[in-house]
Amino acid sequence: MPNLVNTILVIVLALNLFALGNSRLMSVIRIVSAQGVLLGLLPLVMHGHITIAALLAAGVGIILKAIIIPSMMLRALRDADIKREVEPLIGFLPSIILGALATGFSLLFVTLPGLADEAAVSLVIPTSFATVLVGFILLTTRYKAISQVVGYLVLENGIFIFGLLLVEALPLVVEMGVLLDLFVGIFVISIIVNHINAAFSSLDTRHLVSLKE
Amino acid sequence: MIINLIVHFCLLILMPPLLLGIINKVKALFAGRRGPPLLQAYFDIGKLLRKGMVISRSTTWVFMAGPVVTLAAVFCAGTLIPLGRFAAPISFTGDLVLFAYLFGLARFFTTSAALDTGSAFEGMGAAREVTFAVLSEPALFLVFFVFVRLSGSLSLGEMLHLAPAGYVSGAVAPLVLVAIGLFIIMLAETCRIPVDDPNTHLELTMIHEVMVLDHSGPLLGIALYAAAMKLFVLSSLLLHVLQPFKSGLAWLDWLIFAGGMMVIAGTIGVVESVMARLRMNHVPHLLVAAIILCGAAFVLLVR
Repeated sequence: MPNLVNTILVIVLALNLFALGNSRLMSVIRIVSAQGVLLGLLPLVMHGHITIAALLAAGVGIILKAIIIPSMMLRALRDADIKREVEPLIGFLPSIILGALATGFSLLFVTLPGLADEAAVSLVIPTSFATVLVGFILLTTRYKAISQVVGYLVLENGIFIFGLLLVEALPLVVEMGVLLDLFVGIFVISIIVNHINAAFSSLDTRHLVSLKE
Repeated sequence: MIINLIVHFCLLILMPPLLLGIINKVKALFAGRRGPPLLQAYFDIGKLLRKGMVISRSTTWVFMAGPVVTLAAVFCAGTLIPLGRFAAPISFTGDLVLFAYLFGLARFFTTSAALDTGSAFEGMGAAREVTFAVLSEPALFLVFFVFVRLSGSLSLGEMLHLAPAGYVSGAVAPLVLVAIGLFIIMLAETCRIPVDDPNTHLELTMIHEVMVLDHSGPLLGIALYAAAMKLFVLSSLLLHVLQPFKSGLAWLDWLIFAGGMMVIAGTIGVVESVMARLRMNHVPHLLVAAIILCGAAFVLLVR
């Protein structure tokens, strides 16, 4: 099983880089939802045996991250009727390189004492840290509100990976609560996106500084 | 032993155009067409070889040498690489450098032949080809670093045959990264869709097709055949990472190898059907991502 877990984790790392380098909003959303599906599969393969709680968590996670959230975002994108290109603050190549630095740093230096010797989890913590960092990069270097939502999702994926270590100990209710939070967050942001669009006829968050009173 | 050598050369010489046929068939299926027959690439090359040639008076011997040297170099690279579970005809320590630079030689002569025509379009294609090669070559070397580190050997034969052992010893994560990186390198080197569109003849968007624009008849046939063989050689490199199984029976292993190559060709067809070509200035991002993936694989191995 560690082989399968590690395979999924490195594909998640690769998807991080592709999300950073892609210029089309639609494909970035698809990449992140693919990442969500892969992560949804992780609890099933992580511990070698399948429990009803893990099955439920995986099912709800996959349905939410692969179908509901992407369709909400694509709908917001369609309603806002904006140019479907990511507008980065620092260019695609620098963001890829930043992401690579974050990934390399996490792989080389980030470990958690006590857990790190186990072969099965040796990649979990570095991957989770790298994904959180990439989420930050996406959040801070993109102008459009929708791409910031994508960054938020990647960030949440990173935290989800970290939570996998506790999946046995964590009650299902907490897991579902996190997913509900995510869902509500995205829901609210989708509405905000529409309002930003209605007020400024663009999704550029730089316009928000001109809000007064 | 000798039979395996003969099969190696037969496959290396005869199979490449079939891969092009499979790619085109898959693309046709996705588009809802019936598509050209599987063997169309053989017919095309045969037809071109029987035709006459028109050679511009402003060109020199370099123009003639371009496709010929390219084919020769790619063929030599094909003799260095082990196919499936079998040993390569030629193998020595350090042949991975020769393998990588045979592609460099092929590229040098293709671009020189393109520049020799003095056409502005072909010069543009040559410039793009070498620009992208600058990024795909280090990625290829990083792939080799990973294999060298895994196997502790510097010859392609031992290195690639030991790589599947990584699946047992827990080095799966680097191998997955290498497989993704190698797939991108292969698409870039053989000018397939996210990087270049082999079907367009629009000067602004293409790389390989624009460089062979002035070649006609047998020379164009040779250029097409060399491109197909390059695809074959690089796919067989990728197959080493993807397919670690070994049956022990020689004929079955050859069948598995041929089947694996067809699956890779089918995958390329699927990628070409579902993706659009990247904008020219976004291609380097993809290649840098390939470098980073292979580098991350190396970091994973040494940490």
